[in-house]
Amino acid sequence: MHKLQKLEIKGISKSFQGFPANQDIDLDIKSGEILGLLGENGAGKTTLMNILYGLYQPDEGEIIVNGRTAQINSPLESIQCGIGMVHQHFMLIQNHSVIENIALGYKDTPFFFPKIKIRQKIIEFSNKFNFDIEPEKKIWQLSAGEQQRVEIIKALLNGADLLILDEPTSVLTPVEIKELFLILKEMVKLGHMVIIISHKLDEIMEICDRVVVLQKGKVVGSAVTKETDKRALAKMMIGRDVIFNMTKQAVPKGGQVLKVEHVEIPGDTGTRPAVHDVSFDIFENEIFGVAGVSGNGQRELAEAITGIRHVNSGHIFVKGCEITNNSPRRIHDAGISHVPEERIKFGIAPGLFLYDNAILKQQHLKKYSHRCFLDYCEIKNHAEVLMETYRVSAPSINTPTKNLSGGNIQKLILGREISDQPPLLVASHPTYGLDIGATEYLRQQLLDRRSKGGAVLLFSEDLEEIFELCDRIAIMYRGEFMGILDSNDKRLSEIGLMMAGSLKLECAA
Amino acid sequence: MEAIIISVLKQAMIAGTPLLLGTVGEIICERSGILNLGVEGVMSVGAVVAFIVTYTTGHPWLGFIAAVAAGMAISLIHAFASITLQANQVVSGLALTMIGLGFSGMLGKPYVGKPLTIKINSFAIPYLSDIPVAGQVLFNQTPFFYMSVILALAAWFFLERTRPGIQVRSTGENPQATETQGVNVSLIRYMSVIAGGAFSAMAGAHLSTSYSSSWIEGMTAGRGWIVIALTIFSLWNPVRAIWVSFLFGGIFVLQYLLQPLGISPNFLAMLPYVATLVILLVISLKDSKRLNAPAMLGEPYKRGER
Repeated sequence: MHKLQKLEIKGISKSFQGFPANQDIDLDIKSGEILGLLGENGAGKTTLMNILYGLYQPDEGEIIVNGRTAQINSPLESIQCGIGMVHQHFMLIQNHSVIENIALGYKDTPFFFPKIKIRQKIIEFSNKFNFDIEPEKKIWQLSAGEQQRVEIIKALLNGADLLILDEPTSVLTPVEIKELFLILKEMVKLGHMVIIISHKLDEIMEICDRVVVLQKGKVVGSAVTKETDKRALAKMMIGRDVIFNMTKQAVPKGGQVLKVEHVEIPGDTGTRPAVHDVSFDIFENEIFGVAGVSGNGQRELAEAITGIRHVNSGHIFVKGCEITNNSPRRIHDAGISHVPEERIKFGIAPGLFLYDNAILKQQHLKKYSHRCFLDYCEIKNHAEVLMETYRVSAPSINTPTKNLSGGNIQKLILGREISDQPPLLVASHPTYGLDIGATEYLRQQLLDRRSKGGAVLLFSEDLEEIFELCDRIAIMYRGEFMGILDSNDKRLSEIGLMMAGSLKLECAA
Repeated sequence: MEAIIISVLKQAMIAGTPLLLGTVGEIICERSGILNLGVEGVMSVGAVVAFIVTYTTGHPWLGFIAAVAAGMAISLIHAFASITLQANQVVSGLALTMIGLGFSGMLGKPYVGKPLTIKINSFAIPYLSDIPVAGQVLFNQTPFFYMSVILALAAWFFLERTRPGIQVRSTGENPQATETQGVNVSLIRYMSVIAGGAFSAMAGAHLSTSYSSSWIEGMTAGRGWIVIALTIFSLWNPVRAIWVSFLFGGIFVLQYLLQPLGISPNFLAMLPYVATLVILLVISLKDSKRLNAPAMLGEPYKRGER
């Protein structure tokens, strides 16, 4: 018997600093159902779910559990109601081990020596669902995919009848997604319910029974997935038709911009190098894609090229000048700009204003400072221009950057990085977690850089994105390139095998 | 010669006892993410309350209990300001030090210079104290010494091997993630700050009822600040705090030891503080990741903010 059988949300409203995130939202879900919550970033999906999970208090409206009005004041009360949540930005303690993270939330954790029992539980659970997890490892040593598994174990161990998943598939491999969906379907058969927050239409269509579409904090429509199609949902979501296929202009390859020779890069854990003997080059008018499951050395490679991480051996050249192990500023000045992964952690200073963030890494340049004083007049003008040119929607340039939605933060970062027309842009997962509208816009911007003579090094897990944008594609597995292919190469059909490490091409790089 | 060594080591243990008590308290507090710079003030209040209650009632253990209660009560000021009001913890902690020093000075005015007739004396543990050298140094000590070591070990066990210990550490690392797991972050932080206050007050009680058995204003003499440094030096580990504290106790004793050699007493009095600075410098040069500091130390946590 499940303690949670029916959940309704009636007339929920919530605003942050006067800006409405949710307005008068109604929603319901019952046992054995998978509900999709679809909407662009900033549509208020996550806010709504955080209200359900007791993290935020609604300004208005009520939550009805099994037909009775419930007051959910804290996550504890939410867990007691049978609600479990896997957040998009994982709620894990980086410096603690997997065991400690799970022991923290598990209701039957013993008072003394909790680790012994929890270790057993984790092993039991990983065997049941074929998860592969090392209980003693610290969270910061795990890949994003592994971290998500910890999150899911955490919620299910607490006996969640309603599992809320915020963008669950964005970090998983296609195989892992299939496995996740199997688990979800099994759960639903047993009478659980699941809410999936997503903007990936394919997945919503595949797994959900019903879908509710949010736009600008309001419910704009709902549908039974069997009776609708992708195009109709996409239109509901952004209120207009979407171009799914971008037109890629044919431009001739220019001169060499980046040359990487046999680099070996250390990882965080130190046992095995994260990147081993990788060589490639990138030319003007080219987008070079690196595909692969996260945690196979992509992050380390991007960090080494942008100067955040030292390389053990090998050489990196920009337009013929060696920049191996130079400081990030010198590399930036040499013409490499960087859109980092985890935009909130590494891309911006969340507490600073939008105009401050508009000139990060450029604050020392003559145009923004005189001796040691910043020229705020010029900086603010620049910020206004960026907002205008790159369609950053925010109340004003005086807004604290943390209040922007993910898509707008990313547009701001991209604008900051490419407004100076750098020869090479290193973009790591630039559209990760963004909605269709913002994704389309950002991809178009990358294509524009390409046609204007820029080179782009794109790291992405989204194969659709890689195929759509790239001229050449490298597949990375366990720190090595499994092959470098032209975008029209027939062997690309075997990219899945290469990503899984079962096929390696002799590349003539 | 052996007698001198024993006496020096024994004195080092006694001088290190209040440092250890204070450091363990501050470690618990900081592991929950709250920086408490009010240790000096709380110690001072603990010392004066323990002295007054012991002086008037003649029962030193009653004084001890009163001191712990007073330490917990005055720490509530810092807890309320930094947790409920989300004030800047540095400012609030400094305020607590000033309040504590001023308040204890005022309370203790009539008692300055009056000696205690009864104090907490050392107590030899049967059999163990018969061991040569170590027996005299480690097992013929005041109850405060035994208590400080036992509490340090207990604090380590609590933090590393119990469920609430994981909750305290998680709160200091990532309060938001901790709260999503159904843990009351504010409650955990309140308890940790209050526990820290109790430990500091014990250190104060040791000074006035056992170490010197008298009260003068400012008798804590900056030990509260050394405790803050030792917390960092011990890398937030209560077990490491044990030897770190007694090492510093040794530096205190060095003052008296080196004085006959003609070194200026003023210079020697400076030693513990110089050592503190040097250690902070050395520690800061190390890799911050390996430093093990709680990630959200000193950061107020506000629910419902993004």
